[in-house]
Amino acid sequence: MNPVVASSPAIAPVLEMQNISKTFGNTRALTKVSLTVYPGEIHALMGENGAGKSTLMKVLSGAYLADPGGKILVSGRPAVTGDPIKARANGIAVIYQELSLAPNLTVAQNMFLGEEPSRLGFVDRADIRKRAEPILKRLGIGFSPNQLVSSLSLGERQMVEIARALTTDARIIVMDEPTTSLTSRETEKLFEVIASLKAHGIAIIYISHRMEEIYALADRVSVLRDSAYVGTLKRSELSAERLVSMMVGRDLSSFYKKEHRAAAHDRQVVLAVKNVGDGRRVHDCSFDACAGEVLAIAGLVGSGRTELARLIFGADHKATGVVTLNGQELSLRGPHDALNAGIAYLTEDRKALGLFLDMTINENINVGVIAKDARPGGFLDFGKAKKRADDAVSSLSIRTKSTSINAGALSGGNQQKVLLARLLETKPRVVILDEPTRGVDVGAKSEIYRIIDELAESGIAIIVISSDLPEVIGIADRVLVMREGHIAGEVVASPDRPIEQETIMALSTGPVGRDTMSAIRENLK
Amino acid sequence: MSAMQSGQTATDRMRLRSTLTALGMLPVLILLAVGFHLLSGRFLSVNNLSIVMQQASINTVLAAGMTFVILTGGIDLSVGSILSASAMVGVIVSLWPDVGMLGIPAAIAVGLGCGLINGVIIAFLKLPPFIVTLGSLTAMRGIARLLGNDTTVFNPDLPFDFIGNGNLFGVPWLAIIALVTILVSWVILKRTVLGTWIYAVGGNVEAARLTGIKVPLVLLFVYSMSGLLSGLGGVMSAARLYAANGLQLGQAYELDAIAAVILGGTSFVGGVGSIWGTLIGALIIAVLSNGLILVGVSDIWQYIIKGLVIIVAVGLDRYRLRGLSRT
Repeated sequence: MNPVVASSPAIAPVLEMQNISKTFGNTRALTKVSLTVYPGEIHALMGENGAGKSTLMKVLSGAYLADPGGKILVSGRPAVTGDPIKARANGIAVIYQELSLAPNLTVAQNMFLGEEPSRLGFVDRADIRKRAEPILKRLGIGFSPNQLVSSLSLGERQMVEIARALTTDARIIVMDEPTTSLTSRETEKLFEVIASLKAHGIAIIYISHRMEEIYALADRVSVLRDSAYVGTLKRSELSAERLVSMMVGRDLSSFYKKEHRAAAHDRQVVLAVKNVGDGRRVHDCSFDACAGEVLAIAGLVGSGRTELARLIFGADHKATGVVTLNGQELSLRGPHDALNAGIAYLTEDRKALGLFLDMTINENINVGVIAKDARPGGFLDFGKAKKRADDAVSSLSIRTKSTSINAGALSGGNQQKVLLARLLETKPRVVILDEPTRGVDVGAKSEIYRIIDELAESGIAIIVISSDLPEVIGIADRVLVMREGHIAGEVVASPDRPIEQETIMALSTGPVGRDTMSAIRENLK
Repeated sequence: MSAMQSGQTATDRMRLRSTLTALGMLPVLILLAVGFHLLSGRFLSVNNLSIVMQQASINTVLAAGMTFVILTGGIDLSVGSILSASAMVGVIVSLWPDVGMLGIPAAIAVGLGCGLINGVIIAFLKLPPFIVTLGSLTAMRGIARLLGNDTTVFNPDLPFDFIGNGNLFGVPWLAIIALVTILVSWVILKRTVLGTWIYAVGGNVEAARLTGIKVPLVLLFVYSMSGLLSGLGGVMSAARLYAANGLQLGQAYELDAIAAVILGGTSFVGGVGSIWGTLIGALIIAVLSNGLILVGVSDIWQYIIKGLVIIVAVGLDRYRLRGLSRT
């Protein structure tokens, strides 16, 4: 992709945000942040979770009203702020992480949701379809406007969101972590669409934690830290070290600090999985995990990794196979039996399946062990709970003023650490971490790696499911690759020969997938 | 130093906020009481307040059970019918010579049994609580009528009539039972493992399961608790009336109980709420009924005003909380 020199001074900016501040009570979420975006530019916005990216975008979309003193100019004209409908009319469209489509309506209906063309008060379905078609065609989309959104994949739904933005003639499209739940093929498709939007002169504000996407796409990168603007780098000035140090305010010399552990074969097998399957998405999976080992499970999204983990943890019923822990065969009726046996599982979806957002940090950390700590009669032992919570906050460096605030108020990385703390309180012997660093900022990421390392050192068997290949290679002693519900292969790290991304990718895409792979790699260059 | 101070003020603000949340509708309750006193001149008398407490007591007991259920994100529509059936059994058993006091445990056992059945169906067969308890609302009403051959059963010498009409140190027994129910509920919800589990299940049921909480047992408990308290409510109304009637007794009581819980600030989707809020909610409903009668408002207008007050009060509460919260 050849970046157009969009930032040349001859072109007038499509968006100028000047001195934007936002306070919630006593908390400053944004301090005099400025951002300039040109037409046809892909402008990446980076920063740790909680740095203020989302708040800035919510000010832009009108969801929040900024504090007095700042202003927003769209194509040089002052825009009304704090009004989502006006913002939309000004050509600003936001595609959120949590997609906001109505699943039981068709693609076309979703595209015109809220502004249905109507005749005498009745929605004109034919007109909707007619107007939807050229937009979908322009995006090169392969599905029909009559299809129900519920029948589409996540990647396709995202395309519908983008198409919806185009119905209102958006000139600025904000994409917040758009690739989080996409497969690599869908990501590739998304990048094509972004390139075509760019070619049409649409400005894209692209929020992402993934360095390789920033490299692939961005014309310029602006960084926020601690609610303030840090700086903007041009494409030619980009380097990972520079970006990371701008984001965290310090240098991260060694991001993955794994030391090479002894080879797995002279360790004791803790968990043995034999022929496990659910008859639908997981088939005949067998592997061992050893004490003190970090075993990664790689594979594409949808290859059955999470499903396999849930079978081992007893969250779903397995149709075939046996799980043995320290030589003893387990029969699990549910997660409580797995936890009692010493298997703990960190979910990939911490908000929907992990946290109790309305409960305090203290309660979130202790909820799994309060029964064990309880005094006779089932009464809570507040002293023990407070001690556990305080210890966890300091040992996992969870950033919070108090353990009695609600978990929902924490940033993503700290929420993840709270869940880690909860799981470690159960004193597990096997820990399964499902995408432990998804949606987590750089600082928290390196801390989570440190925690994983310490756990392995203490003799716990650790299984990490991850889609982030540099991460997999950085932390794992051994990598299992899953494809279509089977374990497609195993890659072992050795001190003289590190694991290569290509090997894992080839195993996860299979023989047919190699072309796709090279296409992605081309794209990323 | 300054960091510590700001931490301190943040904690203070947290505390203030949780106090405000807990107080919730208390200002509304006080305003209503003062307003009715100004209008009628006799609302705030010892005598009348004692009557209000008696009027609030049965609904308070039902609403306490309802609080457990709604905290898990469920609903129990069958409390009024269970109350009716329990009261029938209570009065029938009280007619047995010499062992009339057995009416109390019999009525409570009937309530507990019905709650257990609701709980088993909801927790283990995983049917939706609204449907299950809607079914038992109808079925238990039928059973209540069947129990007395569709007539009213009387017992003018009810052995446990002190519950409905007696005092202990000047405080009506009904009010004492209601307060003890609230206290026990508070202890369970805030001081026991089970209570934390109830909040956890209501807050995020799937997360609760993955945390190792046995969700079906928690659900079984809350519906049994609601049933048991409905049985206790049956004893209380039988004791007050010296009689029970399968057709009319407890009609629409579930609605008052739900209204009390919601007025008390408990979230309808579960996970958030407090038993003290429920007490205040139940008192508001009783104050409204009593006050409107004192002021001389007609029966028809009482319904309309009560309904409007519930909507406006909850609306104000949500508005107040939104101002406090961060986003």
